[in-house]
Amino acid sequence: MVDVRKERWNKQAGTQVGREERELFEKVILPHLNSAYNLARWLTRNEQDAEDIVQDSFVRALRSFDTFRPTEDGRAWLLAIVRNCCRTWHQRSRVAQAVELDVDSQPALAAWSDPEALLRNAGDSEQLHAAIGELPLEYREVLILRELEELSYKEIAQIVEVPLGTVMSRLSRARRELYARLSASGGQVGR
Amino acid sequence: MNCQQARELMDAYLDQELDLMTSSQVGRHVAECEGCGEVYAKYRRVRDGVSEQMPYFAAPPKLEEKIRAELDLRKEERRAAKTVANWGRWAAIAACVAGVLLFTFVSVRALRRPSGSELLAQEVVSSHIRSLLANHLSDVVSSDQHTVKPWFSGKLDFAPVVKDLSADGFPLIGGRLDYLNDRPVAALIYKHRQHTINLFTWPSAGGDSGPQSYSVRGYHVLQWTRAQMTYWAVSDMSAADLNNFARDFMR
Repeated sequence: MVDVRKERWNKQAGTQVGREERELFEKVILPHLNSAYNLARWLTRNEQDAEDIVQDSFVRALRSFDTFRPTEDGRAWLLAIVRNCCRTWHQRSRVAQAVELDVDSQPALAAWSDPEALLRNAGDSEQLHAAIGELPLEYREVLILRELEELSYKEIAQIVEVPLGTVMSRLSRARRELYARLSASGGQVGR
Repeated sequence: MNCQQARELMDAYLDQELDLMTSSQVGRHVAECEGCGEVYAKYRRVRDGVSEQMPYFAAPPKLEEKIRAELDLRKEERRAAKTVANWGRWAAIAACVAGVLLFTFVSVRALRRPSGSELLAQEVVSSHIRSLLANHLSDVVSSDQHTVKPWFSGKLDFAPVVKDLSADGFPLIGGRLDYLNDRPVAALIYKHRQHTINLFTWPSAGGDSGPQSYSVRGYHVLQWTRAQMTYWAVSDMSAADLNNFARDFMR
């Protein structure tokens, strides 16, 4: 009899924890929906796929919410899941990377004669979209996480699962690749 | 710090991700080197300008609703799964309890209502133990079957078969009157080394049968019927020795 009562009490405590967990989830994870969508949208370059991935990511996030430490940043934690879902999506849809680059080689030195022309091109949203979208995935993800989410190198390193030094060189290389594309486009012929 | 190092570190410098020492070295180089200063100024302008232009995709308004619904659904599913699991667990527990109850019921039935011969075997063993405890092993002490057999006549309504099996290692010690199976019976006492054998016998209506062996509280019991006499042999010696005794007696 005592055992039955104890079990019932434990079960009630269990649902209590479940409700608290859900409340915490809504407080620290759900507000980062836009960040999740933005990353997925940039990595898939497709609205519908981005939505599906974000939904899937939240389901996964809730399922593995017990691995979330309250001291962690909820956004970085969620974005790591979104990023992994995007990776899986890329592998499954076999989207061939247009350019095979040694993404972690030393960044080339920047040398633009006319930054204003480059910025004019960047102001054309269609050109900018195309330029970012054509970057290799490894570049795109660090670029989005830094320029749009303004995450620290350390947070990016955790999300992308590479060493800090790799984030530094990859981001540098990603920017220079993007800027080179922007300065080359917009009427200028070739590179 | 040379120009190449400074330009390689330019992104991290702009992003304020360098340690204080390296950051101040890059800063000093950019301030002192005219070429790098110009590159830095342009680079900073480009980075800030492009970064500003980069569009941020906000989630569609209905996505949050969809996700909340999806999460609620998963929660329901999880709860449903839990409920099913609970039912499953209770069903398993119920099955176990039912199994144990059935087993107990059958066991208790078997224990409480043993067959007639099992009951008799228990009675035989009790009688054997009593005969040893009460120092009342024999009413007539004789190794001579011709003394023992006549002693029973007039005391019983039947004449038991009395054999001396000294030659086989089972010397006859004596005889005794006992009461078993709701009737007076003859008890013949044999010895085998340090072991005592009680052989109970009385008339039975059935044909020849046995020997049938029983084991009660560590005692071996053999029962057989020959020439319309039933025999119950009991002893604490080994089953093999008791078997030999029965075989020799029946011979």
